[in-house]
Amino acid sequence: MKRKTTYKKTDSASRLSFDWLTIGLYTALVLFGCFNIYAACYSEEHKFIFDLASQHGKQILWIGIAAVVAFVTLYIEPRIFSNTAYIIYAIALGLLVLTLFLAVTVNGGKSWIDLGFFRLQPSEFAKFATALALAKYVGSIDVKINSSKGRLIAAAMILVPAGLILLQHDTGSALVFAAFVLPLFREGLTKYVLIFAAVAVTLFVLALVLNKFIVMGIVLAVCIAYLFLWLNRRSRKTYFNTALIFVLSCVFVFSVDFAFQKVLEPHQRERIDVLLGKTQDFKGVGYNVHQSKIAIGSGGFHGKGFLHGTITKADFVPEQETDFIFCTVGEEGGFIGSAAVVILYVALLLRLVRLAERQRSTFARFYGYSVVSILFVHFFINIGMVLGLVPVIGIPLPFFSYGGSSLLAFTLLLFVFIKQDSYRAQLL
Amino acid sequence: MIDKYSDRARVIKAIILAIGIIFVARLAMLQIFSNKYRALAERQSLRNITIYPARGLVYDRHGELLVYNDVVYDLMVVPRSVHDLDTAYFCRSIGITREEFETYMNRARGYSPYVASPFMKQITKEDYARWQNLLYKFDGFYVQNRTLRVYPRPIAAHVLGYVGEVDETEMEKNPKYELGDYVGKSGIEKTYEDLLSGKKGRRVVRVDVHSREIGPYENGAHDTVPIAGEKLYSTIDADLQEYAERLMANKRGCVVALEPSTGEILALVSAPSYNPNLLVGRVRGENYLNLLRDISKPLYNRALQGQYPPGSIFKVAQAMIALDLGVISPNSGFVCDKSLVGCHNHPSARSVQEAIKMSCNPYFYQVYRRVIQQGKYKNIYKDSQYGLTVWRNYMLRMGFGRALDIDLPNVKSGRIPDTTYYNRWYGAGRWAFSTIYSNSIGQGEVEVVPLQMANLAAIVANRGYYYIPHVVRFYGDDSTKIEKYYEKQETGIEPEFFDIAAKGMYDVVHGAGGTGHRADVPGIAVCGKTGTAENYGNDHSVFISFAPMEDPKIALAVYVENAQGGGGTWAAPISGLIIEKYLKGEVQRKDVEKMYEEINPCQKLPLTKRVKKPKKSRRR
Repeated sequence: MKRKTTYKKTDSASRLSFDWLTIGLYTALVLFGCFNIYAACYSEEHKFIFDLASQHGKQILWIGIAAVVAFVTLYIEPRIFSNTAYIIYAIALGLLVLTLFLAVTVNGGKSWIDLGFFRLQPSEFAKFATALALAKYVGSIDVKINSSKGRLIAAAMILVPAGLILLQHDTGSALVFAAFVLPLFREGLTKYVLIFAAVAVTLFVLALVLNKFIVMGIVLAVCIAYLFLWLNRRSRKTYFNTALIFVLSCVFVFSVDFAFQKVLEPHQRERIDVLLGKTQDFKGVGYNVHQSKIAIGSGGFHGKGFLHGTITKADFVPEQETDFIFCTVGEEGGFIGSAAVVILYVALLLRLVRLAERQRSTFARFYGYSVVSILFVHFFINIGMVLGLVPVIGIPLPFFSYGGSSLLAFTLLLFVFIKQDSYRAQLL
Repeated sequence: MIDKYSDRARVIKAIILAIGIIFVARLAMLQIFSNKYRALAERQSLRNITIYPARGLVYDRHGELLVYNDVVYDLMVVPRSVHDLDTAYFCRSIGITREEFETYMNRARGYSPYVASPFMKQITKEDYARWQNLLYKFDGFYVQNRTLRVYPRPIAAHVLGYVGEVDETEMEKNPKYELGDYVGKSGIEKTYEDLLSGKKGRRVVRVDVHSREIGPYENGAHDTVPIAGEKLYSTIDADLQEYAERLMANKRGCVVALEPSTGEILALVSAPSYNPNLLVGRVRGENYLNLLRDISKPLYNRALQGQYPPGSIFKVAQAMIALDLGVISPNSGFVCDKSLVGCHNHPSARSVQEAIKMSCNPYFYQVYRRVIQQGKYKNIYKDSQYGLTVWRNYMLRMGFGRALDIDLPNVKSGRIPDTTYYNRWYGAGRWAFSTIYSNSIGQGEVEVVPLQMANLAAIVANRGYYYIPHVVRFYGDDSTKIEKYYEKQETGIEPEFFDIAAKGMYDVVHGAGGTGHRADVPGIAVCGKTGTAENYGNDHSVFISFAPMEDPKIALAVYVENAQGGGGTWAAPISGLIIEKYLKGEVQRKDVEKMYEEINPCQKLPLTKRVKKPKKSRRR
């Protein structure tokens, strides 16, 4: 059956059928973020909250612009996004290529185009564009995600922008594109992708922390246990497959060192070493995370009170208004404040999963899951990094971190989905 | 529409929930179940600033300031906080070279990259004033006040002593000291350390990552005010001290001048001396090493630490003991029999008074024999043991053979040998008077510290008692006295015998054939006793004296090492000049003064050999 996506004319009732819970959670996060940027950059000269010379002042301006973007998005014809998905994607790729030539260097990354009044970070919008285009592609009627052609095209659509971003030395943003594995999984990509990823990460960490032969022993033990304790019927084929898995694991374990030494940059190696506790350099590469843990840990249960943080007030934590904004929450809000932020995010993400599930078109559902996944990866990497659970990868906390590009991009990403959701009823 | 993968939503929800739970658990671990981070936060965001109290001032006996404090500045650095430093500009501003900058910076980094340590120490007010207004441009640098000792007159180095950075043993003994604190290392700075040091104050401030102060911590609830050290009023007469130092210039030896009626030390000189300002400030280390390497040992306090053979001055004490024991009478006469012990040519002494005046060696040989071998036992060895013990007790009562409890560190005891000492040398019952007779004339095994010699002069001046010599009269705003220095120390010898000694000592200076006539001061009844102490090199020249004869105001000992000549040649005239200065206020005999100031009695010896020219202190 050919599936047709048509929309009825909009009426006043359906305009108000937006998911207000999602909008509320979004608003709460943005406002909470802004207060924390104010606290993080608080100084006697910039006491006034609407001071445009200060970062919180600028952030308020960006919130205003983001509100306009959100409003426009909610009142725009929703078909525009599905119809122009490929065009938007092409524009985003073009911008990424352009960035390679026009970029200004900020913090060692070359991902910013200076527009004079504002520095644009095209990689932020590339996520949105890729989500749209991939949703459009997967939603097409003749595409089967488990066919090799389908997988190849989907992979290319993800890897091209990711590769371009990697060329800008923005590893963090490139890594976010891994998020698209989740919506693909939801649409039927084999579960072995997730299992494979989990096993690979585990083996990678084990290979770095433990002796390689011990890791091989563990793998062997798991394989034998699988064969003789789990399986009731063992054919020649299962023996062969298990053996193959074991050999591949061993090769992987031994290549980890090579990959670690040759593929990763020195600072990335150090960050991983610090995370795994192999080096304890609180003054050098481990400084950020150590200070961030001090700031959060010293917050205690109640926190030190708004504007009363001693570590964040004294600039001990670098990047504390952008990537390390969560430190301010931890120090001044304590366990109550920071756990509340985590719960707000989890609530938003679970709400978005629910919205995605109630979509009737594959396009909308896939797009919804893309939004969930992108936000989730940011949330996971950023807070994980600040808490010392994930290596230091510089990506912002959505809606929270200081920065116009990221706020606008995330707002656009989210509100396009809210708009799609409000129109699901009109879908025939 | 059949969606066969809809159950996969649950997997995704589970992943999101799992991460949320992990994060909340991690937050609980960091924030609720660990105190480590709170302590770390305090340690790095608070700074304890020590406010150093001003060290106590020291005055002389007339209220003249001998030691005060000057403010200097330590430039502190937190190496990690140094950002975007224009090194060339920085070096030019504070006046150091690029090499010095590297050295200081590496030293600070070596100490710790993130804890403040001194970059440059003890910068003078003047230097600091030149670049004070530029300091804000240099992130990671700040300035801490310190005080330094200043000596308006470069005198009395051995009395005043010096301060230096506290060492580890001192820090272990007294927990109030921290690394970098200054403590008294010698002189009254050391003995009165507890009074002078005062109490440190503290200020707790919040600092930012660049070590800049943000403001007081909890509105200064943890701050304390420093308490300045107590004032010390010393017994030193600055004019007399300076004059005695002038006279002792170019010589090796020492002068100790006392006020007999109180035991207060008026002047204490050990030559060669040094300018106390040399051991202050940034030049201290280098100068200290130079002084330490100097073969004439300027840091060595001869007046308290030099243990010398006393020579003939000892005869005064010997006579007192013999008279008190009754083994001789004031009119006992002994023939000057040079077969017993060598002597110079003079008529035989017919009384104790004459014997002291002529300093007859055979006379005192006889006197000492009667003291040591009193005939209480038939066995002369046993008799000598008994006699030596009796004699030694007298000596101890006169302040010999034990360290006088002066308020200066490292005072030596000298040596009055006891029976154990000789038994060890010769074996019990194998020595008698004939073995030890050299003691009679202040040679042999006896050793005396110059302070004890001056004390002997004071005992004679007082006719039989003394007060423990000391250099501090009282301290603090309420003039607290130190009890032990106001307790009369009796020798137990009859005053009339000391009258005889005083008369003999008067004759030494004024009588015909007296050995110390060069100590004569017109119009003043100076009493003295010469001594010529034999030793490995040239003889030491010794003179003890007091004046005036009745109601003495000053008693002193002068010791000139390796002088070519006896006590009468060098020590006596110097004593005369010091007495004149003290009693008359001014020395009229300018020619004599000039002569003894300039002459170097031991020119053959390298008097001072500086390893390096001393670095001049930046202050006066």
